[in-house]
Amino acid sequence: MMGYLDKFDIVIGLEIHAELSTKTKVFCSCKNEFGAEPNSNTCPVCTGMPGALPVLNRYAVELAIKASLSFGCKISPYTVFERKNYFYPDLSKAYQISQLVYPLNVGGQIVLDSGKVVRLNRIHLEEDAGKLTHISKVVGTLVDYNRGGTPLIEIVTEPDISSADEAVEFLKKVREALMFEDIARCKMEEGGLRCDVNLSLKPKGSTEFGTRTEMKNLNSFKSVQRAIEFEAKRQAEILFEGGKIAQETRKWDDDKGKSLAMRSKEQAQDYRYFPDPDLLPIKISEENIENVRKEMVMLPSDRRKIYVEKLGLPEYDAKILTSSKYISDYFETCLKTFDSPKKISNWIMVDLLKLVKEGEEFVFPISEQDLACIIKMVEEKQINKTIGLQLMEKVIETGKEPLTLAKEMNLFVTISDEQILQLLEKLKAENEKVVADFKVSSEKVVGFIVGYVMKNTGGKANGTRVKELIKKVFD
Amino acid sequence: MMDYSKLSLIEIRDLISSQKVKSEEIIRFFIEKCEKKREFNAIIEIFYDSIEKAKEIDKKIASGEKVGILAGVPIAIKDNILYKGHRCSCASKFLESFVAPYSSTVVKKLLKEDAIILGRTNMDEFAMGGSCENSCYGVCHNAVKFDCVAGGSSGGSAVAVAAGLVPCAIGTDTGGSIRQPASFNGVVGIKPTYGRVSRFGIVAFASSLDQASPIAKTIEDCELVLKVIAGRDEHDGTTIDGCNEKTTKTRFTLGVCKQVKADLASTKYSDKFLQTLQALSKDFDIVEIDIPHIENSLSCYYILAPAEVASNLARFDGVKYTKRADKSIDLEGVYVQSRTEGFGKEVKRRIMLGNFVLSSGYFDAYYNKAKKVQRLIKQEFKKAFESCDCIILPTTLGEAFKIGEKLDDPLSMYKEDLFTVPANIAGIPAISLPYAKGEKGLPLGIQFMADALKEDVLFEVSKRFEKLHKEER
Repeated sequence: MMGYLDKFDIVIGLEIHAELSTKTKVFCSCKNEFGAEPNSNTCPVCTGMPGALPVLNRYAVELAIKASLSFGCKISPYTVFERKNYFYPDLSKAYQISQLVYPLNVGGQIVLDSGKVVRLNRIHLEEDAGKLTHISKVVGTLVDYNRGGTPLIEIVTEPDISSADEAVEFLKKVREALMFEDIARCKMEEGGLRCDVNLSLKPKGSTEFGTRTEMKNLNSFKSVQRAIEFEAKRQAEILFEGGKIAQETRKWDDDKGKSLAMRSKEQAQDYRYFPDPDLLPIKISEENIENVRKEMVMLPSDRRKIYVEKLGLPEYDAKILTSSKYISDYFETCLKTFDSPKKISNWIMVDLLKLVKEGEEFVFPISEQDLACIIKMVEEKQINKTIGLQLMEKVIETGKEPLTLAKEMNLFVTISDEQILQLLEKLKAENEKVVADFKVSSEKVVGFIVGYVMKNTGGKANGTRVKELIKKVFD
Repeated sequence: MMDYSKLSLIEIRDLISSQKVKSEEIIRFFIEKCEKKREFNAIIEIFYDSIEKAKEIDKKIASGEKVGILAGVPIAIKDNILYKGHRCSCASKFLESFVAPYSSTVVKKLLKEDAIILGRTNMDEFAMGGSCENSCYGVCHNAVKFDCVAGGSSGGSAVAVAAGLVPCAIGTDTGGSIRQPASFNGVVGIKPTYGRVSRFGIVAFASSLDQASPIAKTIEDCELVLKVIAGRDEHDGTTIDGCNEKTTKTRFTLGVCKQVKADLASTKYSDKFLQTLQALSKDFDIVEIDIPHIENSLSCYYILAPAEVASNLARFDGVKYTKRADKSIDLEGVYVQSRTEGFGKEVKRRIMLGNFVLSSGYFDAYYNKAKKVQRLIKQEFKKAFESCDCIILPTTLGEAFKIGEKLDDPLSMYKEDLFTVPANIAGIPAISLPYAKGEKGLPLGIQFMADALKEDVLFEVSKRFEKLHKEER
């Protein structure tokens, strides 16, 4: 099969819809939240009642501007909302308020790890539709308008992507930037980030584009990956056999692992776009943009650079620490209490991240100050790492300060050299094998001996000191 | 009982606030009047809860509590204005059983000033029509001559006022729907600057042109009620501040549009209009103005308004609050059957027209071109107002016509809007005042237009005109 694909270049353009993380909807003051009782977050405006009028939520515009600044788009000084007219029961007004001729932002780009540039065509602001649930033939279909009128940005790329891997990497980068600035929550399982894929093939090296198909509403990285791989292969097979690609919209069926034709170009709707007379054109001044820019935090890519170049962290650490704004902020706050980037990074990556579930929204169960305080105690050898971890658990459990707890638990009482020496002598006398092994290779048995001492001191001995004393006794 | 039907809204208001008459008595009087004169078909539903509301206002007044400036006064609303808990059907079969789930800003503002909403008035379905014949409740009859049309689309509102069923009624004007019926029935009707009155809670016809406003017996009544309902509204992003206070100007220039004069030349009331101008020349400066594209207003209107109609009325799909056709089998069927059964002929005609001008391939040739012409017309009006304060012209070409006369001739019906539509296209305020009687004693209206935001000038000129005109007669 790969044989067919080898003869073609894949050309992919993406349209990404992300739900903005505003408190209220884009044209009314209903709550923008997921999972509420059906139709509880609705009003005359978002249910399309006669006489109701949309009023723009300026915060949604600010978030969209933020997104544009993140991707280096040009923000239009003049932008217009238009009506996209079509009938569907999830669309209460029978038109969607969107943008066509004067989108909020044009241009921009995202650079992949390979250095490849994916250009953006535009980012525009629009409203989401409601949700239909098909119950049965008898009961029929139910509609929930809670999602209707929640703000979306649509990010449209140029056809610069040439593989499923690139598409997924691009999507991940978009998601990361949007989440980092808290522009969108991007919960793919809730439909908070959805992707349409436009795909065509052209003979290798050719500059002429082939006929494209569009796959709608892919809502996981995996489905994007699989859908692209499937569609490229399908088109390659048709073209290889001399067939023609029909320009059509296809629906990806994740369970079956294939896409099916939904509607052809001829069946495509005429959306009869025109400027929405209820919403005046918006003028965006340089000052507006500057105000938004001021609120923005440093982007993950910039932070990563600082972590590596200034703080001396490995790339890997920097990448994980900047995977969300929360972790990155957490890390940086820790540094204020104890300025040891690599140690703090280790604790976060190894000991904290395992406490939370991947892919879910989380808050570390311990404050930055408390964690840094514990790491400091360990690094200053007041306690050892094992005790440090126990202390962390206790802090999480009780909510008390690490210092208070350490005193209460008597953790600072260290074992004297004499006690250690006594234990070592005892071991030497009782265990001939250890003595013998030590002579062959000290390294191998040191660990065992340290463990023995720790076991007999309740873990309170200073490991480094134990190692020094081992040399004295066994050498 | 005294006959209150001849009194103006302000006179009635003063009777109530000075405690000479109770609001309840007034309300009962007008309800009885509405019940007796059902044959006009002007009021399609009397809101009987108005009696209870009147009692509350009476209590407030009796206890010396501060009350609003419209305390206890009955006002009727056109059937496309939402009043929570009351039916609002736009005179359409489609919305026959629709009960407003919220109140329009206009109604809220009236209620805030303690006005009493007496009932809803007949209209052309979804405000489309110039005769009030396109109503699911049946034809509304002219207040002066029963076999003639009421005018439209706010025909019910104009007839209700003219026949003394209510001292004031709110109408809506998209292309002349307040001024033309006001003219046909011999009452006063104003369309304010676009954006002056919130459209929130008024069923949209053409959003970029619609304005609600009062129809009443006097200019002062219109002025007062407009003042109450005007102003910026957080629910309507196209609204502007309330009207200016009284103008300080003492002498005014009236402009007579060259192109309108030419249109009039061949009509039967041309002389009457010119005589009136002659009579005014002592007290006003009169100049000729040029608005070369004024005649394109009508074609502009019949592209832009239907385009918005097609989109605005798409929400009536049988899925939600509208009547769903029984026979519907699938989704497409629900849409097609419900809309086929729900909408009347004229509404369908405009929806089709609108979808046509918006469709790909025709959008630039029609919609965009009409928008360009609209900009041109706006500029020409702006320029005209550099040399005059108000433009004077007849409201309509003639008097009310016979019921049924134009039903099968939509183009001739559309022409009814010839002199009123330019104000909507330009977004400027305009008023229609009764000024003469035509054949068979039917009233004729004179129209004044002022520059955007200049309602103060419009009212002042209207009052002066009325004073002179009364002396003249």
